[in-house]
Amino acid sequence: MKIVVAIKQVPSRDSQLRINSSGRWIDTSDVAPEINEPDAYALEEALQLKEKHGGEVIALCAGPAGAGQTIREALAKGADRAIHIEEEDLGRFDNLGVARLLAEACAAESPDLFLTGLQSDDLGYGQTGVIVAELLGLPHSTIIMQVEKTDSGIRVKRELEDGWFQHIDLPLPAVLTIQSGISKLRYATLMGIKKAKTKEIKRLTATEVGVSPEASVKLEKLYHPHRSKQTTMIEGSAKDQAAKLVQILRHEARVL
Amino acid sequence: MSVLVVTEQSRGAWHRMSWEVLAAGQSLGLPLSAAVVGHNIGELASELAGKKLDKVFAVDHELLADYTADAVTAALAQLIELAKPSLVLFPHTYQVRDFAPKLATRLSRVLVSDVVKIQADGEGFLMVRQLFQGKLSGDFRTAGLAPHLASVQASAYRADLIEAGTAAIEKFSPTIDTTNVRARPQQPFRESQRAVDLTAAGLIVAVGRGIREKENIALVEELAKTMGAELAASRPICDNGWLPMERQVGSSGQTVSPKVYLAVGISGAIQHLVGMKGSKTVVAINKDSNAPIFEIADYGIIGDLFEVVPALIEEVKKAR
Repeated sequence: MKIVVAIKQVPSRDSQLRINSSGRWIDTSDVAPEINEPDAYALEEALQLKEKHGGEVIALCAGPAGAGQTIREALAKGADRAIHIEEEDLGRFDNLGVARLLAEACAAESPDLFLTGLQSDDLGYGQTGVIVAELLGLPHSTIIMQVEKTDSGIRVKRELEDGWFQHIDLPLPAVLTIQSGISKLRYATLMGIKKAKTKEIKRLTATEVGVSPEASVKLEKLYHPHRSKQTTMIEGSAKDQAAKLVQILRHEARVL
Repeated sequence: MSVLVVTEQSRGAWHRMSWEVLAAGQSLGLPLSAAVVGHNIGELASELAGKKLDKVFAVDHELLADYTADAVTAALAQLIELAKPSLVLFPHTYQVRDFAPKLATRLSRVLVSDVVKIQADGEGFLMVRQLFQGKLSGDFRTAGLAPHLASVQASAYRADLIEAGTAAIEKFSPTIDTTNVRARPQQPFRESQRAVDLTAAGLIVAVGRGIREKENIALVEELAKTMGAELAASRPICDNGWLPMERQVGSSGQTVSPKVYLAVGISGAIQHLVGMKGSKTVVAINKDSNAPIFEIADYGIIGDLFEVVPALIEEVKKAR
């Protein structure tokens, strides 16, 4: 199976976020980057499928030169090679534009499967995989928990709402978006890190890929949300806080 | 300008978010139509026609009986071409996440997903949505051509504010080619009978990533027991197998509305919040003062849960 996995580099989950001077994005100078968590699971799924069925795993990433760190990690974990669409400001593209970049780069590889995480931790649109599928004319399924190869293609387990699931049969090639937490993520081994240094990273620009920036929806302003509720902060030592909370639970909420 | 709301149903039963997105549509004060999509959906269309709308489209085809992205996309692309709305609104359900980006792409448009607020603004629309796991909000303005597409987050609009009325029903029969429907969906199923019903609980203690290790779950378990509360968890805890899936609260777990929801070490990702936003009182214990859970908390304790929870257990014991 030849698998392309689209991965994105995002600020780590516990980053303290500050708005930059443009008012439209965060100050990225002081945040630690990491792989978008659902994409890490998509990569893991791709590596496991390769271990079972053979083939090749290609990591595909659109992002600034700094995203090279996340790409090298993917190679160290076992991806065979990588494609990096180097774009310093992805914000120039809307979600359709970013998906076009990925789809164009992917089309040249003609993989059996295109995997990516179900959504990104930064923008959180949850659309990239589905748009890529439509652009490439491929069938897709989203929020996938399990992938099995069948005679005619694949059978996937899709998560529905309220604890329901569904199996879906799809022909190949296909696009899947992978749910977070579906397996245990591997760590890169020392050997893997060493090997990664010799693996191919193909670097392309948006112009080379043939996609020009367009934003049919504009992010005008980014800000810390206004609180919808007035939160009463309980101050003091842990003991004081606990005592005050018990008073509230007894006398105001009346649940104790 | 005009608005088309796309509702969601499954085997004749409404998805509750259909009414929320209808409320969002009505709030815009523009000519409004709504679509119900499926097969043999006459009753649902009639029910929808009892709301304040200009028109109901009953989009009916046998290939729409069981959901597939291919069939729904084909049907709605044809409906949008006919109805020519300026804005198409969807509920941000798992199903919409599966097909709406595809539909937008087919129309050479961009879907603004998971919006919490939308208003008409000149020739376009201004939308608010959350970024960075709910830590930040962004104002988005449509810049391209209509139709614009957006999906509305769960609980962002109140279904009980829908205005009643009478609308004409127009049956719409799309052309769908069987060979273009590539996915073969099987019957939906549940992993196991749900033994724990959190929806009836009056008091819930819920634990999240902040607990760090499996061994530490016992601490929160003891708190729940001491308080006489049901124990619940956010998704990562159940994914790790530290607590059974049936204790998961959120979009993929249970939706709860207890008198008090005590969130311990839960940062408050949107997927979790939609499952517990309806709680009467929310108390959050978290070390990060910027955690989104504090956006919806009535009471907050910023501190180390490994200090606060043992102290809380002691204080509850004293009070009993």
